[in-house]
Amino acid sequence: MEIKVMHQVMEWNEDVSDAVKAELSRHRVCLINVLGSPGAGKTSTIVSLVERLRSKYRIGVIEGDITGQIDAEQIDALGLPVVQLDTDGACHIEAMSIQHILPHFDLDSLDVLFVENIGNLVCPAEFNIGESFRLAILSVPEGDDKVEKYPLMFSTSQALAINKYDLKDYFGFDDERVERSARGINPEIVLFRTSSRDGLGLDELAGWIDRRIDAVLSSEDENKEG
Amino acid sequence: MHELAITQSILDIAQTAAREHNVTRVREVRIKLGEYCGVVPQCVQYYFDVISKGTVAEGAVLTMERLPILMRCEDCRWEGQVDKLHIVCPDCGSTRLKLLQGREFYVESLEVD
Repeated sequence: MEIKVMHQVMEWNEDVSDAVKAELSRHRVCLINVLGSPGAGKTSTIVSLVERLRSKYRIGVIEGDITGQIDAEQIDALGLPVVQLDTDGACHIEAMSIQHILPHFDLDSLDVLFVENIGNLVCPAEFNIGESFRLAILSVPEGDDKVEKYPLMFSTSQALAINKYDLKDYFGFDDERVERSARGINPEIVLFRTSSRDGLGLDELAGWIDRRIDAVLSSEDENKEG
Repeated sequence: MHELAITQSILDIAQTAAREHNVTRVREVRIKLGEYCGVVPQCVQYYFDVISKGTVAEGAVLTMERLPILMRCEDCRWEGQVDKLHIVCPDCGSTRLKLLQGREFYVESLEVD
């Protein structure tokens, strides 16, 4: 005998992701999901972005990477509200983890929450965590074939930073190939070439993120007035 | 690794449906999976065999049918199957394509006793 079910497998995560989004929207907070491999430069990029955006926005960070205290300390040095998720060997963050950690923040005194996702190009891409948008970071030493090998992360992100760009010549890294394949799977994606070492492209990236946050927060204001 | 969380959800769905229909045994779980989903079916089956032990779904076979990526061109209204690595309209070359199918992931039905 056959029973019709028609039940979404990811529903448990999608429902919580929607709830997180609604909660953040109530408090007028924009959540940015930062994804990339271990060592891609997620922490350093977040630090660089916070430095450039903190005069305009009140920023908090959820540190989800499993590298432990080191990343959290780097961000802690900025003197912002930082909470570290105890992900203990997990390969991705789920919306539920974010929902549980939100009470640790005073959301009314925040505009922006960066989430440093777990270093992994595969699993985190499958899980929405209530984000307003996604920033993917791919570093030059990882190789120029990664977009083709792991398309989901790049097809679901709104921006891609090709990081450690100052190393491009040492690795024979073809950034045109990355740009071509990224646009192939995601024509709308915005690309940046960045380096935390010499600051390359970080002002441009911060400028784009600034406009994006602005758009998210003003649309929330409009919703409230409407 | 994320397959374990996904497998748990599939088992929960099967158990709930089995309870609602007073079923004694689930033989097969039929799943639809869009081409965009990065899930390894063999891995899910392996986890399922382990975590379904002692439940109504012990020994059930998971059948996963892949759904190809279908898109519609916002410029010339072309509709059809698109290669996920080349999101471009084969008719007019536009990249303004809207996803119609390919991100699905759901339990469609159960074969039960």
